[in-house]
Amino acid sequence: MNIIFLIIKREYLVRVRKKSFIIMTILGPLLIFGFYAIIGWAAVSSINQKKIAVIDESGRFDGKFKNDDETAYSFLKTPLATAKKTFVKDDYNALVFIPKDVIEQPKTVQIFAEKSVSLSLQSNIERDIAKEIETIKLGEAGITQKIIQDAKVNVDAQTISLSDAGEKSSNGIVTTIISGFCAVLIYISVLIYGTQVMRGVMEEKTSRIVEVIISSVKPFQLMMGKIIGVALVGLTQFMLWIVLTAGLFTIGTKLIGQPKEKATSAMDSRMGAMPGQDDVQKKMANGNNPVADVMKAIDTLNIPLIIGCFLFYFLGGYLLYSALFGAVGAAVDSETETQQFMFPIMMPIIAAIAFAQIAVRDPDGPLAVWTSMIPFTSPVVMMVRIPFGVPGWQLAVSMGLLILGFIGTTWLAARIYRVGILMYGKKTSFRELSKWVFYKG
Amino acid sequence: MTDNILETHHIVKQYAAHRALDDVSLVVPKGSIFGLLGPNGAGKTSLIRIINQITAPDSGEVILDGERLKPDHIKRIGYLPEERGLYKKMKVGEQLLYLAQLKGLTEKQAMDKLKIWFVKFDIKTWWEKQVQDLSKGMQQKIQFVATVMHEPDLIILDEPFSGFDPINANLIKDEILELRDKGKTIIFSTHRMESVEELCDYIALINRSRKVLDGAKRDIKEQFKTNTYHVEYQGTLNDLPTAFTVMNTRQTEDGFIRADIKIPPDAAVNDLVRHLLDRVAIRSFGENIPSINEIFIQTVGDNND
Repeated sequence: MNIIFLIIKREYLVRVRKKSFIIMTILGPLLIFGFYAIIGWAAVSSINQKKIAVIDESGRFDGKFKNDDETAYSFLKTPLATAKKTFVKDDYNALVFIPKDVIEQPKTVQIFAEKSVSLSLQSNIERDIAKEIETIKLGEAGITQKIIQDAKVNVDAQTISLSDAGEKSSNGIVTTIISGFCAVLIYISVLIYGTQVMRGVMEEKTSRIVEVIISSVKPFQLMMGKIIGVALVGLTQFMLWIVLTAGLFTIGTKLIGQPKEKATSAMDSRMGAMPGQDDVQKKMANGNNPVADVMKAIDTLNIPLIIGCFLFYFLGGYLLYSALFGAVGAAVDSETETQQFMFPIMMPIIAAIAFAQIAVRDPDGPLAVWTSMIPFTSPVVMMVRIPFGVPGWQLAVSMGLLILGFIGTTWLAARIYRVGILMYGKKTSFRELSKWVFYKG
Repeated sequence: MTDNILETHHIVKQYAAHRALDDVSLVVPKGSIFGLLGPNGAGKTSLIRIINQITAPDSGEVILDGERLKPDHIKRIGYLPEERGLYKKMKVGEQLLYLAQLKGLTEKQAMDKLKIWFVKFDIKTWWEKQVQDLSKGMQQKIQFVATVMHEPDLIILDEPFSGFDPINANLIKDEILELRDKGKTIIFSTHRMESVEELCDYIALINRSRKVLDGAKRDIKEQFKTNTYHVEYQGTLNDLPTAFTVMNTRQTEDGFIRADIKIPPDAAVNDLVRHLLDRVAIRSFGENIPSINEIFIQTVGDNND
């Protein structure tokens, strides 16, 4: 059996059998799922009904305001002064005062609240009043709701991205989220698995087994075996996460499937006949059905390309950095000594995340293009750009440079590694490291 | 095939400003126990690492069993480094199987060999244990098994007895002798001169990166003999012929006198004994044979002056 295969097998099995791996594998999707669940819950629970007391001196609004999920209006007959004192006790969130001459002077409406009123609540109330005034005024001018409905033309602009595959409607937000997610995932996994390589090398060095091992195998084989073994652990974890997350989402959507279907059917009916919706605002607030929109947006993205590139850039970035992490592990005797060497390695990764934030806003800007070429930042930055569409030649150059990059760092790391792992009890400096690079066999 | 399992020819190894090995040539005969001696930092470990192909010499060559050292040779060498170590969180059995496979055994071969060793050392119950749960002495035994399980022709042991209690040290010693009797060669590097005295057939002494002494232990001892004899007696030792030099006369605790007497190279020991018989009551008489320890201290001391 091939030696390097044996090493890969050991490195892989030791890590995959660890409790922490199993826990993370199960916890990962739960965390992702929980994260979405919290966002969903927050979105739902933010719609909690506010009770609004209304004193209508004009007497023209009573019963005209629609109660919905967000607001419930009650009309009070008490004078403003007493209502001001009692509305908090009576469990109202806000008190709206509509003066007699509101139609002529709409700006005289007042909203009282114990705490300051949220902007959305204020705009809801203002909107409802404004709409009612509008209806009243239009009514006075002889225009009914029916005429208005008929006059409304539904213009709903879609953003269309032009690409080789023809026109596809795209959704900027979904693309941004996906590209950001990929970039952060690459960043985190390069760090996590890179440090695992470093720890593994240090473990072998501090437990002194390394001398036994390298009397059987070449230091380079040991280093590469470890790097590849850990990479496979990473890929296994991703695969399991994808499978488990997909499973959870299937179960999840079955459980909360009901409202989604309702939303979809509502959308279908609207698309069909455009029935008279007496509440135009409501339709605006509702927008298109978000789930269907996201699905549609995801459909327009080149998912195989994104996954393929993700795997490539994960492996490329990981190989580039883990070799360096391995060299650090070989150069030091204890965890505390790693700090000084970690810093220069961490710098470009952290910088990459900073560049990625710029690239999200301007995926084809010069900074994004350049940093997606440089091997130290390209895995993160290029992943941001890919969902937005990247010219083929740029992708090819970036990938080529990344391959050269990791061949380079692996070569450098191997030269430090082979000397470092046999240097016990000696404090190393950067000068020392640079000497090691030029040592002969 | 030659009679020597290992030869090194003019090995030079330079680390930056430090020359670790300077023109070191050794010959290790097959089926022998070869002591590689030298003070700390003399270059022993550098030499051992070159033989194990962990590092390469700057110049010179290593010949293993008549062939220039090549990667495949690692299977024929077993190495127990001075800095011992095992994967602490791996199970004993699994770990040994892994190390054996790295040395080129198949899993099945490794399993068969390991079974024999586990019975021999009576450590069958350790198979499923994690290394970190074993005592230091137990770990040493495992490490020894790891060194020899692939039945190498050349076994290199760096300080093999450190960390063993006397009983286990004896067990290992017997194993070493048994391996030698099976035709294996053992190179063994140590500071414990009494074990060198006891086990080694050949020795080489390295000091300050250079080989200062080597050969069969017997011959070296012969070479370092000073032609002195010790005698314990009662009475007064007077009027010995002037050819015999009496040195270091001292009283022993039980009332005898002990003296060292040097005789000229051409004189016969019998003459000395005859003279002694005439003059004193002898309790014991013998030749002063230099111990390896004395030779070591003398050689290294001279060399460092």
